[in-house]
Amino acid sequence: MTTAPLEKPTSIAKPRLSHNAIFWIGFCVVMALLIVAPLVLPVFWRRFLTEVLIWGLLAMSSDLLIGYTGMVSFGHSAFFGLGMYGAAAALLLFSPPSLWLAIGFGLAGAAAAALFVAYFSTRLRDIYFAITTLIFSQIFYVIIFTWTPVTGGENGLIFTRPHLTIPFLYDARFTNATMHWFVLAVVTASYLILRRVTRSPFGMVLQSIRENEARTRAIGYPVERYKIVAVMLSGLFAGLAGVLYAIQNEFAAPDFVYFITSGDTVIFNVMGGIGTLVGPIVGAGFFQLIRELLSRLFGDQFPYLIPLGVIFIVMIIFLPQGLLGFARRWLNR
Amino acid sequence: MNTIIGFIQNIPLDLILIQTVNGIVTGMILALVASGLTLIFGIMDVVNFAHGELFMLGAYVGVVVFAMTGNFWIALILSTMIVAILGAAMQILTLRPLIGRDPLTTILATFGISLILQNYVLWQFGPVARKISEPITTHFNLFYLEYPWYRLVIAGLSAALIGLFWVFLKQSKFGVWIRATTQDRVMAQAMGIPVPWVYTGVFAIGAALAAASGVLFAPMAGVTHTMGLDWVLKAFIVVVVGGMGSLGGSIAAAIFISLLEAYAAIWVSPAQAVIVSFIVLILTLLFRPTGLFVPTPK
Amino acid sequence: MSATTPSPEPLVQVDGLHTYYGKSHILHGVSLQVGRGEVVGLIGRNGVGKSTTLKTIMGLVNARQGEIKLEGSLITHEAPHRLARRGIGYVPEDRRIFRLLTVMENLRTGFDRKGVTEERKKALLDKVFAYFPVLAERRDQAGGTLSGGEQQMLAIARAMMLEPKIILLDEPTEGLMPRMVSQIHQIIDALHKEGVAILLVEQNVPLTLEASQRIYIMEKGMVRHHCATSEITIDDPLIKQYLGV
Repeated sequence: MTTAPLEKPTSIAKPRLSHNAIFWIGFCVVMALLIVAPLVLPVFWRRFLTEVLIWGLLAMSSDLLIGYTGMVSFGHSAFFGLGMYGAAAALLLFSPPSLWLAIGFGLAGAAAAALFVAYFSTRLRDIYFAITTLIFSQIFYVIIFTWTPVTGGENGLIFTRPHLTIPFLYDARFTNATMHWFVLAVVTASYLILRRVTRSPFGMVLQSIRENEARTRAIGYPVERYKIVAVMLSGLFAGLAGVLYAIQNEFAAPDFVYFITSGDTVIFNVMGGIGTLVGPIVGAGFFQLIRELLSRLFGDQFPYLIPLGVIFIVMIIFLPQGLLGFARRWLNR
Repeated sequence: MNTIIGFIQNIPLDLILIQTVNGIVTGMILALVASGLTLIFGIMDVVNFAHGELFMLGAYVGVVVFAMTGNFWIALILSTMIVAILGAAMQILTLRPLIGRDPLTTILATFGISLILQNYVLWQFGPVARKISEPITTHFNLFYLEYPWYRLVIAGLSAALIGLFWVFLKQSKFGVWIRATTQDRVMAQAMGIPVPWVYTGVFAIGAALAAASGVLFAPMAGVTHTMGLDWVLKAFIVVVVGGMGSLGGSIAAAIFISLLEAYAAIWVSPAQAVIVSFIVLILTLLFRPTGLFVPTPK
Repeated sequence: MSATTPSPEPLVQVDGLHTYYGKSHILHGVSLQVGRGEVVGLIGRNGVGKSTTLKTIMGLVNARQGEIKLEGSLITHEAPHRLARRGIGYVPEDRRIFRLLTVMENLRTGFDRKGVTEERKKALLDKVFAYFPVLAERRDQAGGTLSGGEQQMLAIARAMMLEPKIILLDEPTEGLMPRMVSQIHQIIDALHKEGVAILLVEQNVPLTLEASQRIYIMEKGMVRHHCATSEITIDDPLIKQYLGV
């Protein structure tokens, strides 16, 4: 193609990384660090990191509702708990204990809980939704707590970890490192899936519901159905986190179904930054880190929740975008 | 058919009457707690997750004052006043900066407060339950039971407090301010009503009601740092079933649910009787989501 | 285009007011003055920012730029409830009485202030009931049960309970029958006789010209013309220009 003789030569564009490129570079860096971690960190911090990832997954699942659909849910302890107990059921009922069955049962349990909660709660708006999810998670708590013959009641259930099995390829016990990598793989996959979902047309509708529910409905979207799907998706990933927790710690306890767990989750979300998916993981890390710090400085008995509670409230008032939002603004300067 | 007749014949009438009294007593306290919650929600549109902790705090302050003075009634009055002031402080520090923001933030902020209060109390007082002795220890005979007068006194006092509060709302100057602010916040300001202070006052009143319930309830069971959690959950159920923002509805719902639970406790354990309130909630959400005791909106 | 000079220290002085609703720039530098006891009219087509000007003065809407002074002191960002207590009464466009409160309770919101003795309260009530006998009849009825005209009277009466130095009146005759319109005219005159200043926003130009001493004409968020009502009549080409269809 020849340019016309009198056309000005086009200027050379300054080389600039697209947002996408920045994201993937950052992603790879973080992944590399997380993969290498179990090889270099002392045992305690290895487990710490793994647990942060699990709580991060739980918080991420909650972000789908809070950050993207605009629905505050205090029901995640139920989904998490049922994922945990579902896995426990699979591991106790079947011999030899199977990893994938545990995951399957856990997800099924969480899905059932999510469907139940979604059906009743999504017809209510904002505050009522939050309260009813809270109440429902307590319903599950009471059932699990009192139905001792099936759920072990107060004492929960203890079981053994299954082998890490990749069909046809691998079958061995989990080591600290492989456990970490397995969790990392699951959490990363979940993150990528959720990221895809939030950027899809479905995700766009969710965000539109968060912005202005009435308008979304007026345009013609069956808002209730979208909400139900959102709750179910959120519940599934929360349940997955529960399964991971069960596998890592080899027990299931009703404490995790108590709504305080939901409360903690919401705290991770707010601290990290709602609507960012990654934020909640950062929030979970931040929370656990401060907790660890406080307990090292002041001893085990120190009520770490008091200063954390204060930080939480201060962040709501002054840093509503969370740590990630703050970092973003700071980087953009 | 025969099993049903047999079942009905076997229902112990005296137990039912006893449980009716118990249900009403618990119901009145629950009504008092729920009133504070409804008030705060109806007027300020704030869901106060810390309400149960205000109840608990009231009980603990009552314990402390009782230990110092040995007088239950002084403990009741002082505790109510102290927690009212604390409630006002809470509102000024954490809720005022959030006025006008997403209502989600107030839920989160009050949740944060509840965490702080609970853990503070646990830290200071430890996990062992404290006790306040009953101010009235006489009993009367209700069937084969020696039923404590105190419980009836609680029910009566709760009813009296609610009634007083109702009168206050209708007659007093501040009551008019509250009602005007609820209807039209902007014009209330244009009429010189200091709306930010109305909100603080409302929150303080709600806190006072919760604290009073806490002290009244304390002699019936122990005072622990978790007592707020159970009550707040039930209070929320009551508020939803009664129709959010409806004072009369909350009271009716509180008594209704407490009665049902008391009856259920005849056959199942108290821990399981709680399920009754859950069932009522689910049914309400299914069939009359605006509230069981609220006339259906046209 | 001469203007009468207002009294040396105006009661209310507005300078260069800029107000936004979100991103919309509504007031583009509004300036006006109201002297003590003066009735000043503010006229213009729909949507030029007349109501917004009143709301900004009352503190119900935030001014992004500009100054508002009451008796010489700056009140630009003062809270509305403090302004009410300092003597600015506000009667909004849609009346906005408290529908669930009785007439009596509506009035109470105005005189339940610090330093008002029981006698003064009674005197205020008597005065207001003399102006609006219909309100005395309906004193225990809920505000929402009153007719449109009665609600307008209640709205004005309620503002009068504040014993204000100036009343911001937003379109009081809107939707009222002619008989009531002349009643409003009489009330404005009576208030003027008592020395209460009034900033009157109106669509009814003849009424405004008769009741006010000075007028401001607004267009597109700015004051375009300002003069004494003695210098302008209804057939003036300016009126047609800024208010005609």
